[in-house]
Amino acid sequence: MLSRREVGGGRSSLGFSLIPSFPQGSNNKVTVHFINRDGDKITAKGAPGDTLLDVVLNEDLDFDGFGACEGTLACSTCHLIFEDEVFKKLGPVTDEEMDMLDLAYGLTDTSRLGCQICLSKSLDGMVARVPESVTDIRQSKDESA
Amino acid sequence: FLVRLKTMKNTTDPSLGLYTRLNKAFFPFADSPGVRFSSCTPKVCIVGSGPAGFYTAQHLLKTHQNVHVDIYERLPVPFGLVRFGVAPDHPEVKNVINTFTQTAKHSRCRFYGNVNVGKDVSVGELKQAYHAVVLSYGAEGNRSMGVPGEGLAGVYSAKDFVGWYNGHPSCRELNPDLNCETAVILGQGNVALDVARVLLSPIDILKKTDITQPALEALVRSQIRRVLIVGRRGPVQVACTIKELREMVNLPGTKSEMVEADFDGVTEALKDLPRPRKRLTELLLKTALDTPGDKEQQRRHQASRTWGFRFFRSPSEVLADADGNKTVGIRLAVTRLEGSGEGARAVLTGEVEDVTCGLVISSIGYKSHPIDPSVPFDTRRAVIPNTMGRVKQATGLYCSGWLKTGPTGVIATTMNNSFDTARSLVEDMESEALDLSSVKTGSEVISALLEERGVKSVSFSDWEKIDSVEMSRGEASGKPREKILTVEEMIQVART
Repeated sequence: MLSRREVGGGRSSLGFSLIPSFPQGSNNKVTVHFINRDGDKITAKGAPGDTLLDVVLNEDLDFDGFGACEGTLACSTCHLIFEDEVFKKLGPVTDEEMDMLDLAYGLTDTSRLGCQICLSKSLDGMVARVPESVTDIRQSKDESA
Repeated sequence: FLVRLKTMKNTTDPSLGLYTRLNKAFFPFADSPGVRFSSCTPKVCIVGSGPAGFYTAQHLLKTHQNVHVDIYERLPVPFGLVRFGVAPDHPEVKNVINTFTQTAKHSRCRFYGNVNVGKDVSVGELKQAYHAVVLSYGAEGNRSMGVPGEGLAGVYSAKDFVGWYNGHPSCRELNPDLNCETAVILGQGNVALDVARVLLSPIDILKKTDITQPALEALVRSQIRRVLIVGRRGPVQVACTIKELREMVNLPGTKSEMVEADFDGVTEALKDLPRPRKRLTELLLKTALDTPGDKEQQRRHQASRTWGFRFFRSPSEVLADADGNKTVGIRLAVTRLEGSGEGARAVLTGEVEDVTCGLVISSIGYKSHPIDPSVPFDTRRAVIPNTMGRVKQATGLYCSGWLKTGPTGVIATTMNNSFDTARSLVEDMESEALDLSSVKTGSEVISALLEERGVKSVSFSDWEKIDSVEMSRGEASGKPREKILTVEEMIQVART
């Protein structure tokens, strides 16, 4: 299956992709741990400057429907939830991001859109949880029945 | 035997191919018709190629390694409301087309455009040819206001107006008369705001979008300078979302005009609101009540167009001119709220207010239609009765998208809804709730039927020719594409 990058489309709200210009040595990589909807921890690495959406796409992480609008702030499907400590380090949220985040299912006080979070060394080892989408609630209902 | 055992345990193990090959070696006639083989290639067809159809297909193909999916679409072109509903100045929302294109080009997926299910082929025939049929044909109708004068010239449904500026072949002849100063839109959802924004946007912005040429020309000549967006409840109940409201507030060349009294008690209600509704209401309050600073004063002074919400008003009659043909105004019944928050209800007070206008657009909801008497349909809610996408009182029949849940929600909502249906379908395939024991010939038999009936389907690569022609025509005028406006021309290009 083709990655979304090959098919094209906008990469970010800035209209161009953030490709860092320094060498891609392994000690430059930032480690991110994703908790998927099944509760599994999936560890991936990205380059400083990559967005969390970039990491999900580049590493082919299999989150259903993630990043539908390809990072253009036109949907809320790259919604991620962070721990307080990490959330504080993520920087300010623009009105534009907040407007779309407001539509996300299961919105929390430490929610952000993955396409707007850029990796930096200070975020090395961060944990990002992929929240349930509406249908997952149904799944857990089935299991308890 | 050990190899088979190992590969049987994990169905996503690539060595499953080996198991299948071994089986074929031992049972060479397994795929022939008439031979019962417990794991036949499941064949599913989907009716409708909008987001619901494509997201259902995408999820099916991903979670089941053998299923074949055929998507049938009435028009020669795919993508449904992504092409015909999303506003021309919201191109990023259309990025989902990229993922739909990937799905259409999947080796186990086929697109058949220009096939009218219900007319060219029946649901019954599809059910015979496929193991399962998913109905995802959305909502092609609209709710009517149900008031006198609704049929007058100058009154349109938002569905038709949007279809007109977005090039839907069935709306080509709409020719709305924009030679009046004021337009009144009933409804305050995102579709209403899209219509208001298109009516008032500077032409310089619109001319770089994929809005159709005839619509652009009509808007160049348009006399409309004032748009009122009317709702029967109050500011706290407004159905649009903040991004669209912000676009109106920031629309170049325009200023807002609201009725201050409509906002009594709203500031007090803020503290109890969840964050999304709170932010939206704060923006509304700010827009309606704040005293502008000098810079904003100047901007407003220079604005040549106005827009505003009108609350607590419900349409009671569209008023005609002396000859009784054209719209000259709308009579609005004044309401008041009973209760508060989302559950608040509008109650008539008996008072009315007349507003002069030449264009009335009702944006009060799309509506699904039944496709076939054999398919259950809830006429009150205008949806197909279902449980988690499984059509009630039917086997092998599923639904997804607006047809399943009603016509509200953004693309992501439909995406989740469609994944849900796909999950139900895959569950049924794996639990054998769905009978996969007999071989189904799917598109083979349907294609033969269509040919007999003189129906020529349009393939995905045919669509790509249409796509390519539209894009190159658009290039000439600095637009992303110049949409082809008739089915005849679409087919003509498809056949080149």
